[in-house]
Formats: sequence, structure tokens, C-alpha cells
Amino acid sequence: MPLVRVVVTLKPSLLDSAGRTVSDSLVKLGFDEVEGVRIGKVIELHVTQADPSRLQAMCDKLLANPVIEDYQIEVVD
Amino acid sequence: MKIAVVRFPGSNCDQDALWALRSDVGVAAEYVWHEATSLSGFDGVFLPGGFSYGDYLRCGAMAARAPLMSAVRDLAERGHPVIGACNGFQVLCEAGLLEGALLLNHSQKFVCRDVRLRPETQKGLWMESQSQVLRLPIAHGEGRYIADRENLSRLNGEGRVAFRYVDSAGDATEDANPNGSVENIAGIVNEAGNVLGLMPHPERATNARIGGTDGLVLLRAFSAMKV
Repeated sequence: MPLVRVVVTLKPSLLDSAGRTVSDSLVKLGFDEVEGVRIGKVIELHVTQADPSRLQAMCDKLLANPVIEDYQIEVVD
Repeated sequence: MKIAVVRFPGSNCDQDALWALRSDVGVAAEYVWHEATSLSGFDGVFLPGGFSYGDYLRCGAMAARAPLMSAVRDLAERGHPVIGACNGFQVLCEAGLLEGALLLNHSQKFVCRDVRLRPETQKGLWMESQSQVLRLPIAHGEGRYIADRENLSRLNGEGRVAFRYVDSAGDATEDANPNGSVENIAGIVNEAGNVLGLMPHPERATNARIGGTDGLVLLRAFSAMKV
């Protein structure tokens, strides 16, 4: 059964408040090479068939909000 | 006038809304479960606050796709009043009935306090009665309103910003903005003016004994709306 991984991220133009706080914390821990953090979501789908147009429809209809998010679809196996 | 108070799994301001409408506004109101498919017999809709579907995926995402939302959309298109407060505002945005989205508060903290709201428009029946700054409670973690530049200029240009967060002098300052919303926007209306979404809770301010009555102004306008 194919495994599909969808990565949803906040659009680059939007401020990621949580990402910024994590970034600040990493710097405070001594990882001063960190200049920015963006936090997203990984959604794994177990599907009987990995039809690209249907996967895209799933993202457009529910998994991502096009107003604020971008997504990438990866068919894992 | 009979108002449907929609209940999603995880709604938690539904009882407040029902009792505010019935007892303090004096209008008929009934609960409607989100799996219903008809709003026959109802003249308006109140989408209450809470954590519908546990805020899974995104706030309001699953609720916006619940069976009843087709009937809500239909009622809205026919000009009936629809109000979404807090999670209800998130649901309206997710459903595409209003533009934009609500993101994590800039502070990342859940903010629970009173705010001052300056009415920004006379558009729509909601707003015609609004002339003075209202004091209403907010209680949310994800209330940072955003819209892209195009939608923002449309909202401003068409007079569809309903309320902005302001300070005691009535100015929309950064300090008065509780969540980092763009241009201090606390609520917007749709093009026709019959759909209102806002983060503050008018249903929690309808009785002096619980801290204020400024919510009555809005909810009375709601119940007085003729379609």
C-alpha cells in the first residue's frame, strides 16, 4: 500500500511565531549559527493508490489552507 | 426570527450564545448539530467559539467542511445574518465565506481579557448601529488575522473591516493589538454585509452581572435583521 508524505509549511511571507521562538531558544542554547526556523506539519497518508491529481485535491480541499500554507507531496513507496 | 446556534464537537461557547440570545436579547434560538443538513425554519446562524474538532489540522478546518456548512452557506447567500465569534470566525474563514485566516497569536500566548473595539464601517445591518467603541472579552490562542495585500486593500476599500482593536484613546496602536493581527483587525464582514466574523465574544457581554453589556448592541442588531 503506497505511503504518501505531505509536508505543509506556512507561506514564506507570513511570520511564523512558533518558529521564531524556537530559533531564539536554539541560539540561547549556543547554536548561534541558527538564523531562522520555520515549523510545518508532516502528514502521512496510507492510500490504496497514489493518484497525483487526487492527492493534490486532498491538499487543496482539506490538508492545506492555500491562504496561508504551501504543500509538497512525496510518494514514499 | 429564530437563530441556529451550531454545535460542533468541541464547541464550548454554544451554551453562552444560546442563553445570551434567549435571555438577554430575547430572540428564539435552538442548537443545531453540525451533522444536520438543513436549516429550514431558521433565519440566522451563530457559529460559536470553542475548539471544534480539537483544533486538529488547523482551527476550524474540519468544522468548515461539516455537512451543515452547506446549509449555512446557502442561508448566507440568501442574505440571512451569520455571525462567527472566535472559533466561529476561524470556521467562516476556513469555509471561504470570509477572506483571510487566523494564525497563532504573535505572543504565542493564549490571551484572555477585555479589548476595546472601534467600529470601522456602517456596511451591513450589523454595523449600522455601531457608533461607539465597544468593550468585549477575547479568549484565544490563534487570533492573529492575516489577509494578503490584495484582499486587505479590498477589505479596506470596500469598507468591510468591521472592528479594529484600539486603546483607551480610540487609536489602533501596536500596544492595543492583543494578537498581532494585521492593521489591528478584529473582525470583518462579507461583501453583502450579512456575514460577520470577529475574534471577540459578544455573547459573553450581554449582562451587567457578568461584566458588560456591549455585546448586546451587536446581538440586538443580529436579531433585528430583516431579510
